[in-house]
Parts: sequence; C-alpha cells; structure tokens
Amino acid sequence: MKVLERLGHTVDFPAGQTCCGQMHWNTGYQAEALPLVGRFVEQFRHAEAVVVPSSSCVAMMRDHYPKMAEELGDRKLMAEVAELLPRVYEFSEFLTRGLGLTDVGAYYPHRVTYHASCHGLRNLGLGDGPMSLLRAVKGIDLVQIENMEQCCGFGGTFAVKNADVSSAMLAEKTTAVLNTGAEACTACDNSCLMHIQGALHRQRTGVRTVHLAEILAGAEGDAL
Amino acid sequence: MSSADSVLDPKTSPTFPIAAKTSLRDTQLRKNVRHATEVIQNKRARVVGEMPDWQQLRESGKQIREHAMAHLDYHLEEFERNCTRAGGKVHWARDGEEAKRIVTELVKQHASPENPEVIKIKSMTTEEIHLNIALEAAGIKAYETDLAELIIQLGHDQPSHIVVPALHKNRQQIREIFQREMNLPELGDKPQDLADAARRFLREKFLRVNTAVSGANFLIAETGGVCIVESEGNGRMCLTLPDTLITVAGIDKILPRYQDLEVMLQLLPRSATGERMNPYNSIWTGVHEGDGPRNFHVVLMDNARTSVLADDEGRQTLNCIRCAACQNACPVYRQTGGHAYGSVYAGPIGAILTPQLQQLHHAQTLPYASSLCGACYEVCPVKINIPEVLIHLRNKVVKQKGPLNPEALAMKTVGAIFKSERRFRAAQRLGRVAETPLVGKDGWIGWLPGMLGGWTQVRDLREMPKETFRDWWEKRGKRGN
Repeated sequence: MKVLERLGHTVDFPAGQTCCGQMHWNTGYQAEALPLVGRFVEQFRHAEAVVVPSSSCVAMMRDHYPKMAEELGDRKLMAEVAELLPRVYEFSEFLTRGLGLTDVGAYYPHRVTYHASCHGLRNLGLGDGPMSLLRAVKGIDLVQIENMEQCCGFGGTFAVKNADVSSAMLAEKTTAVLNTGAEACTACDNSCLMHIQGALHRQRTGVRTVHLAEILAGAEGDAL
Repeated sequence: MSSADSVLDPKTSPTFPIAAKTSLRDTQLRKNVRHATEVIQNKRARVVGEMPDWQQLRESGKQIREHAMAHLDYHLEEFERNCTRAGGKVHWARDGEEAKRIVTELVKQHASPENPEVIKIKSMTTEEIHLNIALEAAGIKAYETDLAELIIQLGHDQPSHIVVPALHKNRQQIREIFQREMNLPELGDKPQDLADAARRFLREKFLRVNTAVSGANFLIAETGGVCIVESEGNGRMCLTLPDTLITVAGIDKILPRYQDLEVMLQLLPRSATGERMNPYNSIWTGVHEGDGPRNFHVVLMDNARTSVLADDEGRQTLNCIRCAACQNACPVYRQTGGHAYGSVYAGPIGAILTPQLQQLHHAQTLPYASSLCGACYEVCPVKINIPEVLIHLRNKVVKQKGPLNPEALAMKTVGAIFKSERRFRAAQRLGRVAETPLVGKDGWIGWLPGMLGGWTQVRDLREMPKETFRDWWEKRGKRGN
C-alpha cells in the first residue's frame, strides 16, 4: 500500500474479496473453488490494475481461472476472466514489468536474503525481477542464498498431509537461510514466509521473515 | 528377505506419508539420494544449457508424443504389421498377468528344458509387472545384466529410481552385496573393482544363456523396429548373443516415425543421464539370417494404459519417456528416495502414473506427495504438466472419498466462508477468539490439534493480528492522489 501510494497510485481494497480458491483447488476440492472465480471478477472488474502480494494466488488465477470458467460453462465469465487477467499482477511484477521500475526509493538498512517462491519463479516467470528491486534498495546488504530456487516445503495442505517430508524440506531451507547470516529472509509469497518463519521462530534463531513489500515500503527516518 | 516379500506393489504398500517417515529416518539413504540426484542434475543442467533450441526440442517432443497417443490404435497396428513382416512375432497382453503368462510360455518353448534361464536388459515395464517373480515361480532363473539392476537383484532389493535403480546405495554398500553374493571377500570398493566383478559375473551368463528378455525405450511404428538406449553395453550383449529375444513393452512406447528418434535421442540422454548421447543405442527390426537372435517376440502390454488414455486430463502422463529428470529435480524425492512411493515408478512421474495404472484403487496418497513446486514440469523433456495432473488426480480422490469425512467437511465449511464477505469477517473474528487458548505469551502458537498438528511438529504459528488489514483499511479510509 505504502509503496504504491508513494509512487502516486490510488489504491482501493474491495471489501468483498476473500480467497482465490487455491487451497481448495490444489487439494482436490474443485467444487468449492469454482464459485470464487466469479467472485473475483465481480470484485475487481473495474480496476485498472489488480496488484496481488502473493505469487501463488496470481499463479492460481492465471493457470486455472480460464479453465475453471470454462468448466462452469459460463461464456460471459470466460470472456470477463480473459479480459481481466492481463491486468492482474503479482506485486513485484507490477513494479518491474507494469511500471518498468527497479528503484522505488526504498531504504532498508539490514542484511537480507531472498527466497524465490516456486509459483513466482516457475509459473509467473518472475526471474530476476524481485532481486533487481532489492538491489536498488538503499542501505540493504543483500546476500545470495544457496539453492534459492528450491521449494521450502510448504505446498499448502502438503505441509500438514506430509508433515514429515515438508519438515525435512523446510530444514534444508532454514539451514540455507541461517548460512547466509542474514537478519531477515524475504520472498514474494506470504505462505512461504509463514512456513519459513514458523521454523525460524521454533528454533529461536532470531532471524525474521519480511515480505518484499515491507522492505520496499521502508524509508529513511522510519523505525526499521 | 526374499525379493517376493519386499516387492514394491501399490496394492500392499503403506501410504506415502507412513513410508516416507521410515525413509526419512535413514540418514545414509538420504545422503546417498541427495548426492546422486545432485550429480545427475548438475550434469543435466550443463548439457541442456548448451542446447540453444532446447525449448523447441521439448515442444517437438511433446507434439510427437501427443500425436502418437492420439493415434495409438493406428500406430500399434502399423507396428504389428511391420514387425511381423520383418520376421518378429507380436503378442498382445491385456494386463500384467497376461504378459507374464506369455513371456513364461515363450521362455519355456525356447530355453533349455533342464535349466531354463534368461538374461535381462534393464526394463521398468518388467519391473512394473514383477516379471522376475513369475519367472522364478515357473522355475526359470532370470539374471539382470544392467549393473544397477544386478545390484538390486543380488541385494534382494527393489529399484528406487527409473534410470538409476540402485541410486540409494553407495559404493561401500554395493561392495558388501558383491562380496556376499559373488563370494568375493577381498573385493575393493573402487568403481573399477566393482565393475570388474560384475563383468566376470555377467560374461559367463552372456555366453551361456540362450534367451533374453528386454523392455523397449521406443517402438517405431513405421519400421516395426525396437529401440533401446543404454550406457554399459550389457544390453547390446543381450540383444545380439542369444537365439531368442523377448521384448516386453507398454503400448505407450510407440513413436510414429523413424525420424522421430532425431528428437527423442536428443531429449532422452541429456535429460536422463546428462550425456549428449548414450554410449549404446540399439535399434533392431525383426530377425536377420546369421545376425542376432533367430526368434524375436514382442509383447505389447496395456495394463491400464488405455484407461489412462481415455482420461482427457490424465492422458499426458503416457507421453513420458522415462528419463527420470523429474525424480532428480523433485525436492520431495530428494528427501525420501524412491521406495516411499510404494511402486517401481517413484518421484513426480510415479505420483501420477502409479495411481492411474491402479485406476485409483490404490496409491491414493501419491497425488498428495508433492508440494506442487513445479520443478518436475520445468525439466520434463516432453513437457508433461505434472502439477496439473496431480491436481486432477487429487480431485478424483476427493470425489471417491465422498463428503463425509473430517477433511471434506472442513473444506466445505471454509468454502462457504469464502463465498460471503459477512461470513469471512465473522470467521476472522471467531478465529481470533478460538486461537486464544493456544497462543503463548510471546504471541506464537506452538501446538495445534488434530489434522493441523503436523504444522507444529517443527514450526510455530504467529497469532492472528489484533487488527485485520480490513479493519485497518476501513479506519484509515481511501486515500491517495
């Protein structure tokens, strides 16, 4: 919000929005997820750009909404989805591709490492976008994590259904985070961050997780 | 332990989460798997990186395979015609049982009656139907000649990887197996020592046994030829020395044209072993006077492949060329190794192939054995969208289980909440109240009940914020310029 407003945009938050339906869809509950497509279109159809601070939600919409609308047999919805989707951006993607920016005037005087969330990396093809934004932040000490592109093991209900495997994957990720000596780990997806943070807190590491937007919102003079 | 009681059969194997628990406790196994997959992945990345047209090749591979599957009936009959014309004999097997019966009868016809034996080329299809067990029951000795398969056979073990079936064993473990089974107490653990021991052990079989059983990498409809790629040359021995050769192949192995190999033989070795070209590429068509086997049989096996083909969304699974790149890339496989999947097809491709070959009667936890990270799709040489098929199969599992179980009820409730702003707000308030007894002094939750308990095994969860974003937003009002 702060970043977008600082850049001069008018931000709205349609109060009727709930969930993109990813959890239901990916767990196999297609029937529960289907009505959420129409709901999304209804909430956001008037926006010039829809900015989503979570790469996996955007991947859900891009990869599945057209097919879901088709499955509902709703021609009008299919057309609306096709019309709206090109205006839906993941947050970092909006800045780098939508606005063509890398420097958003942020200040963040900390040692930070970046985890490339799977859906942002592979489904959205964010590539170097988020890192280019981070590199332009003033005061930041950006350190590269080992195996940046490896999944943290969250995977939605996977973390609960296959808790043991998920934990083993997470252990590799937190070890990699700790090896960087960073004070904070950032990403474009809150779910990965919640997952990584859960283990960093349990292990009393003192390392925290912050969403990319929180870093880009930082300004000189803020208590950071 | 005999090979019969440790067999990887989805009908009897424990569920993935339970089997994974056992694998995760085996630190040696995890070390071996991690090391091996890393080595192959890096090799693959190098040789794929040097191909400027890799993405176009993948697209071609996908289209060739899609075309082959879309016209499978036509191409199978074309293969039968051309193979028969060249002197081969084609047999059709509805399922694994029928395939095993046909192979057993053929071996009995051709092998020496006093001591029936066969030498085998590495074949996942024969592993799928557990052919060796059927042969053993019929009094036929089968010798695996692929080095890794030999290790598996001598170790009374099961394959854990499609291309490198003994990937879960390290050199020291292999030495122990050879020392014990080949009676070589002084054997060293250098790769040369192990290869030398295997060579001596196998050469004698190559010279003695007159019947071979193989799988197939590709069946070429246009010529009736069969193609096998391998690294050791032991396959070539089996294809050329015996009098009788029996090939068992899934009907999905069809390629329409000889020319299609141009694409496939670029995609497969680079994806599978990280080599530009396999050391041994064999293509044989029927029988030839004075050259190679005099009797050549092909068993074309369905074993549920037509039911996979009938499913619009699951169909792409059949495009697989068994390179195992998805196994090497998978962060789940990397932790557990292959045996946890309860099937000879492990890893991401196994998670979609096994349940479909079992028509979802078994292996229902496999579609959930993935975080949907997409690494498998990224490396697949024929662009199988494995995450998409996983989700499709999850939906089938949910439908099969019906609405009356705790998970389905919870999902339904949450689904109803997401459909209404009023309910969503109420749920946020209710969640805040409900979590209170679980929240510690520092604002973190360290224990969760029931299904959610998996989370708090190694993770904490932060309490919900006192003020939701929605509340904050409404208090602040819409701003901007």
